[in-house]
Amino acid sequence: MRWGGQGEAGRTAAAALLALASAGLSACVDKADQPRPVAQGDPARGLAVIEAVGCAACHTIPGVAWPEGRSGGDLAGFGARSFIAGRLPNQPGVLTRWLIDAPSLDPGTAMPPMPLNQAQARDVAAYLYTLDDD
Amino acid sequence: MTTEPTPGTAGWPPPVLDPAGPFAGPIEVVAWVLFVMAAVVMTVVLIALGIALFGPRRWKRRVSGERLVWIGGLAFPIVVLTGLLIYGLTTTARVAEAPRPGEMRVRVTGEMWWWRVAYLDDQGREILQDANEVHIPSGQPVVFELESADVIHSFWVPRLGGKTDMIPGRRNFMRLQADQPGTYGGQCAEYCGGPHALMGLVVVAHAPQDFAAWRARQAGPALIAAAQGDALIARGRDVFAASGCGACHTIRGTEANGLAGPDLTHVGSRQTIGAGILPNNQGTLAGWISDSQGIKPGNRMPSYPVLTGQDLRAVSAYLDSLK
Repeated sequence: MRWGGQGEAGRTAAAALLALASAGLSACVDKADQPRPVAQGDPARGLAVIEAVGCAACHTIPGVAWPEGRSGGDLAGFGARSFIAGRLPNQPGVLTRWLIDAPSLDPGTAMPPMPLNQAQARDVAAYLYTLDDD
Repeated sequence: MTTEPTPGTAGWPPPVLDPAGPFAGPIEVVAWVLFVMAAVVMTVVLIALGIALFGPRRWKRRVSGERLVWIGGLAFPIVVLTGLLIYGLTTTARVAEAPRPGEMRVRVTGEMWWWRVAYLDDQGREILQDANEVHIPSGQPVVFELESADVIHSFWVPRLGGKTDMIPGRRNFMRLQADQPGTYGGQCAEYCGGPHALMGLVVVAHAPQDFAAWRARQAGPALIAAAQGDALIARGRDVFAASGCGACHTIRGTEANGLAGPDLTHVGSRQTIGAGILPNNQGTLAGWISDSQGIKPGNRMPSYPVLTGQDLRAVSAYLDSLK
């Protein structure tokens, strides 16, 4: 797992926090297959969309072999995170909107609007919410 | 819009045994003939070897002696290999003739690790520059003039033809033809150092009337949407200029006139970035600019992790607008 731009101390702290968070969360998360179900979202189609659009140019994404982008966040464990980009609540509606037009939710973000329609964004969100194990 | 679950992008990496034109078909036949001949010969040799080692004495005697060596070891290979050589050379000779009057000509120059593309007139003068993507009309042969700016590369669009090396100081010719409009992936097929494996290419075949329209559009200067008042794109244009991108890249109609890297005049209309390897949209453009070394390690464009998120988005929006 790469954390571009962070120091050793930050990495250790982040790892410790993650470990704590997953220890605390696992009890609840394990009860549901999908912690945040996305209506009409299909994870398999979502992975195909991710590869067609090239999300991995910026994000390391479990299930995508190449590339392993470092500009954006590593998306391993994304389904267990509380926030999108450290700012927004990690909920299906917010995530879907974020995937299509991130700057409308956070004007300072480096993530550009992506060429996705609603259905594709839902599929991608559904895939991202399957990433909660590691 | 439906999405197909095919991996890769715009035909890259390309399928190898799936010819889509009259110059690729014979190459596929050559490949199969060579494969089958080699398989048959190897089977016969292995059987003879097995008999010589483990067979009954009577059989062993039949696979020994000077006569078998003269026939099986000398006469047979000379005849078969000479035949295959003549067959292979005549098949490829047709493809590699110099251009005849009236044929469309495209010069592709291999660079570490991308392709410089120039469309030529009848006299061989450049009339249009582009990069990493070649547009051709379908249903007619197009002559590719293949050169190299540095080391040996090999130009290979498997569905449209065979491989031809790009050798420094030489000009090799190859014809390609796509029977149907479509997108055909290509790949450098001669190890050229560093990110050779990520030196991809896209050939787009248009129906002839669509090709004429594409060519007319491409010959014009960049359509700068900034002139139409989009604030983000205008900012992107300014960031592009202030960051010195124009030292390596040309955008015709602006002060950016660098020649070291790909021409970006119509980069927004290309299907891929990074030389065929990534789909082209604002997201992948941003990722490429900020971390081109992470995506394609060793390529000659440095990563630009110095821009703010907003500036990065602005440059990406600007490039995306250059249709």
